[in-house]
Amino acid sequence: MRFTRRAAIAAVGVAALLSAAACGGGDGGGSSTKDVEVFTWWADGGEKAGLDGLVAQFGTACADYTFVNGAVAGGAGANAKQVLASRLQQNDPPDTFQAHAGAELSDYIKAGQVEDLSAQYGEWGLNNAFPKGLIDNLTVDGKIYSVPANIHRANVLWSNKTVLTQAGITKDPASLAEFFTTLDALKAKGVATPLALGKDWTQLMLLETVLISDLGPDKFTGLWNGSTDWAGADVTKAIDDFTKLLGYTNKDRDSLDWTDAEKLVMDGKAAYQLMGDWEAADLDTKGFKDYGYAVFPGNGDTFQWLADSFVLPKNAKNPDGTKCWLKTVGSAEGQKAFNTKKGSIPARTDANPGDYPQYQQTAIADWKTAQQVPSCAHGSACSQGFQGAANSALGKFSSDLDTAALQKALATAASQFAKTN
Amino acid sequence: MTTTTTPAPPATPTPAAPRRPRRDITPASVTGRAVRYALLLFFLIVVLMPAYVLLVTSFKSGSEIGVTGQWNLPQRWTTASWVKAWDALGPSFVRTFQLAVPVALISSFIGAANGFVLSRWRFPGADAVFTLILFGMFIPYQAVMIPLREIVTTIGVPPGIPTLTLVHVIYGIPICTLIFRNYYATTVPEEIIEAGRVDGAGLLRTFAWIILPVSMPGFVVTVIWQFTSAWNDYLFAIFLSNTRNGPITIALNALAGAQSPDYAASMAGALITSLPTLFVYVVLGRWFIGGLMAGSVKS
Amino acid sequence: MGKRIKRWGPGLLLISPSLVVLAVFVYGLIAWTVKVSMSDEHDALGSKGFVGLKNYTDLFTNDINDRFTHSLKNLLIFTVVFVVGTMVLGLLWAFLLDRGVRAEGVFRTVYLFPMAVSFVASGVVWRWLMNSNTGDDAGGLNWIFGELHLGFLQNSWWTNPDWGMAAMAMPAIWQLSGYVMALFLAGFRGIPQELREAAVMDGTSTFQLYRHVIFPQLTPVALSALIIVGHMSMKMFDLIMSVSGAQWLTEVPAVYVWQALLTSDYAKAAAIAVLLLLFVAVLIVPYLVHTTRAERRS
Repeated sequence: MRFTRRAAIAAVGVAALLSAAACGGGDGGGSSTKDVEVFTWWADGGEKAGLDGLVAQFGTACADYTFVNGAVAGGAGANAKQVLASRLQQNDPPDTFQAHAGAELSDYIKAGQVEDLSAQYGEWGLNNAFPKGLIDNLTVDGKIYSVPANIHRANVLWSNKTVLTQAGITKDPASLAEFFTTLDALKAKGVATPLALGKDWTQLMLLETVLISDLGPDKFTGLWNGSTDWAGADVTKAIDDFTKLLGYTNKDRDSLDWTDAEKLVMDGKAAYQLMGDWEAADLDTKGFKDYGYAVFPGNGDTFQWLADSFVLPKNAKNPDGTKCWLKTVGSAEGQKAFNTKKGSIPARTDANPGDYPQYQQTAIADWKTAQQVPSCAHGSACSQGFQGAANSALGKFSSDLDTAALQKALATAASQFAKTN
Repeated sequence: MTTTTTPAPPATPTPAAPRRPRRDITPASVTGRAVRYALLLFFLIVVLMPAYVLLVTSFKSGSEIGVTGQWNLPQRWTTASWVKAWDALGPSFVRTFQLAVPVALISSFIGAANGFVLSRWRFPGADAVFTLILFGMFIPYQAVMIPLREIVTTIGVPPGIPTLTLVHVIYGIPICTLIFRNYYATTVPEEIIEAGRVDGAGLLRTFAWIILPVSMPGFVVTVIWQFTSAWNDYLFAIFLSNTRNGPITIALNALAGAQSPDYAASMAGALITSLPTLFVYVVLGRWFIGGLMAGSVKS
Repeated sequence: MGKRIKRWGPGLLLISPSLVVLAVFVYGLIAWTVKVSMSDEHDALGSKGFVGLKNYTDLFTNDINDRFTHSLKNLLIFTVVFVVGTMVLGLLWAFLLDRGVRAEGVFRTVYLFPMAVSFVASGVVWRWLMNSNTGDDAGGLNWIFGELHLGFLQNSWWTNPDWGMAAMAMPAIWQLSGYVMALFLAGFRGIPQELREAAVMDGTSTFQLYRHVIFPQLTPVALSALIIVGHMSMKMFDLIMSVSGAQWLTEVPAVYVWQALLTSDYAKAAAIAVLLLLFVAVLIVPYLVHTTRAERRS
C-alpha cells in the first residue's frame, strides 16, 4: 500500500500548494481598521471633483481614518451596481456605498443589507436638517437607513448658446409645441443634430420628461405607484411626442454615453441636450462656459429629483470609520464641500445659496417651491428590476420605433414591478 | 490514433513546409505565386490595422486624439498617456502576475498527473471519466456563476486574487488533463511503462522518473494556455473581484469604460494589458510547437 | 481482484482529488443553478418557492418584447458569421501558407497574435474602428472605405438593428482566424508527404490533389475547429460588453444573464444560463461521444 500513501501525500501537497498560492496574493483584500472604503461610481469629471471635495472635508473631520477610494467606473453605475451586488452576496461589503434614495434604496433595506441609522440621526441632529419629503424616501417602517449627500435635478435642458444665437433663437421653449418649432428652426439653419442623445438610460430620462409634460406631475408620479395607467391615451400621446423628438437626435445615439452626447453640444454639432444637473459641473470642469439651461419644455416648475445617499452596510469592516464618513456627509461643511463641486444642491435646508455657482442658486430656489417628482432612470421612482426592463424596452424602441410595442412593454413592466415597491 | 479532438492551444504549427519537387517555372505558376503573396500581404495589413490604431493613438495628445483622424501619425509624440495608463493599471498588473503564474503552474501539474493516469495508468471506466472531465471545459461559466459566488464565500477563500486563483485552477483542470493525456498517449510508448512495472516501479516513481522528464513540451502548452486564459479572463473577474483586488482586465475596463474616457490612455492601457501575453506568444511560441503537434491534432 | 485493484488503484487515487473538485464545481454547481432556475427568487429578498419550469416557459412566451428570443436571434447571426468567417479565413490562410512561402514564420506570427489579446483590450480599439459616422465625420473603417472610394461599404456597423450582430462578429473573427489557421496548418502538415507525392506522380492536378487527397484528410481537424469556435461563440460575453456595453441591440443570452443578475433576478438569470448550457451540450455531447468511440476503435 505504499503507493497509496504517497499518492495521498501528493494530493495533500497539491492542496498545500493551492493554499500557499491563495495566501500569496492575499494582500489586496486586507485592510487595516483605519481604512474606510467608500464605494461609488464617481470616477471622473464633476463627480470625481465632488467626491474629492468630500474627501478633503473627511480628512479634516476624521483625521483618525483613511479614505480608500472604491470607485467602479463605467456604464453609468451599471458596472458598479453589479460589483456591489457581488460583494454584498460574498459578504465582503465596502465600508459604505452610494445608493439612490427612494425605490432603489428600498431594495437594499428590504434585503436586509444595510443598518438602521435612526440613532445616529438623533445624535448628529439630522432629523430637522433635511426636508421631510426626502426623509420619507429614506425611511422604511419608521427607521432611517441612509444619509443623503445631495439633491440633483434630472429635467434640465442644456444648450450651446452660440449655436442658438446663430440660429436666431432667443428664448427658451416653454412647451413641447414650441420646442418642436425651435428644433425645426435649428434644422432649417443647418444644425445637423438639434437634440443630442445617448443610449438606454439617457433615452429613458428623455421619455420621462416628455411624460411629465404630457401627463402633468401628479399623473406622472402615479405611473410609478400604480395609480396611473400606462396603457392610457395620454401615455400614447407622450410616446408619439417622444418618437417625434427622436427624429431630431443623432443617429448614432445607441453608441454614445451621456458625455459623448454632451461633447456634441460642446463642439457645436448639437444645440440641446436633456440631462441631469451634474452636467453643469461637468461642463465647468471641462472649461466650457458657453452653455445655457432651462427646465425641459412643458415641465413648468416641476422638479424631477434624485438624491445620492450613503449607507452603513451590514458587516462593514470598520463601522466606526463609516459613521465618521456618514457624519461628514450629513454635516453642513461636508455638503458644501461636495455639492459646490458636483453641481448638485445640498440636501440640508440650512445651506447658504451664496456659496454656490450660479446654476445651483436657481436650483436651490426652485427646490423650495417646485412640485417634486421622482425619476425612474435614477432609481428614485422605480426598483432596479423596473429600471432594467424600461431600459431594455427603450433600447429596442430606439432601433425600431414601434410605439405600440413600447407602450405595451412599459405597461407589462409596471404590472410586474410597480406593485412590489 | 484517429484524429482526436483537441482544442489545440494556439500555436504556431511547426515543421516548415515540406519541400516539394521543383517544377518548371511557368507563367501560370508565377501568377499563382504573385496572387498568393498579394493575398498574404493584404491579410497581414488587415490583421495589423487595429494594432496600428492602438499604437499611434497611445502616443498622441490633446486634440489629435479622436475617432476622426485616428489613422494619422501623431504630430507630436508623447509618452504621457503611457505614464497615466501605467499609474492606473500598475497595481492590477502586478496582481495579475500573482494570479496567472500560480494558475499556470498548478494547473499544469494537476493536468500532467491526470493525463498520465488517464493515458498510461488506466483504470476501468477511464474513458467515461475522461469524457465527464472534458465536458467541464465547454460549459458556459454562467451556468455555475450564481452558486460559485456563494460557495467560495462559504469555503472562506479571501476575495480577489485567491478566489480567482482557485477558480481558474479548477476550471483549467479539464483542458490541462486533455492536453497531457493526448500528449502522453502519442509520445510515451506503453512499453516503457510496462517495462518499469515489471521492474517494480510504482505509480509515483514512474511519473517522477519516466514521465515528467519527457513532459516539457506538454508543460509549455498548458502553461502558456493557462497563463493566457487567466490573464485575459474578464467573466470570472467581473463576477468575483473588483477594481481594488481584481486583475488587469477589470482595471482596463474601468479606465476605458469611464464616462469620459481618456482615449489615448485607454489605448496605451490596452497595449500594456496585452504585452505579457504577446510576449508569451511571440517569444515562447517556438517551444510551443513540438508540444502542440504531439499533443493536439494528430493523425 | 485484489491484484487488479492494486494495479489501477493508485492511479484512481491520484486523480480522485480532481474528480471530487470537478464533481462539486462543475456538476454540483450546475445542479444548484438548475435548482435556482426552478425557484421564484426574483429579487434580493430571495423567496425560495418551487415553480417548476415556469421561468423557462416565461422566457419563451412571457418575456417583455420577447427579449430572450431576440437575444437568441442575435446569437444565431453572430454565431453563423463568426464560425463561417473564422473557418473560411483560417482555411484560406493555412492553404496559402501550406504551399510554402518565404518568411512563413512572420505571417504565422502576425496572423496568430490577436489570439493573445483579450477581448477587453481589443474592444477598446474596435469601438473606434467600427465607428458609425460616415461622410466627413467618418473615422475608423468607414474612413478607409471613403478614402478607397468604396463609400458604398460605409455602414453603421453594430448599431444596425438588423445586421449589427454580423458586424459584432468581426473583432471575434479577427481574434480567432489565426487559431483556426494554426489548426488547419497542423492538419496539412500532418498529411504524409508520400500521399502528396504519389498523387503528383499519377499526374493529378493541384486542384484534384486538394479536392480528393488533402481536404478529406482535414475533416477531423475541421470538426475540432468547428466545435471550438462554435462553443466559444455561444459563450460570447467579454467582446460585446467591451464594444457596445450591455444593451438591447447587441444582447445575447450571456449578456442577458448579467443584466438579470444586475436586477437581482436570480431565477431568471439561472434559467437563461441553464438554457445556454443546454445549447452548448447539444453541440458538445455528440461530439464527445463520437470522439470517444472513434478513439476506442483505433
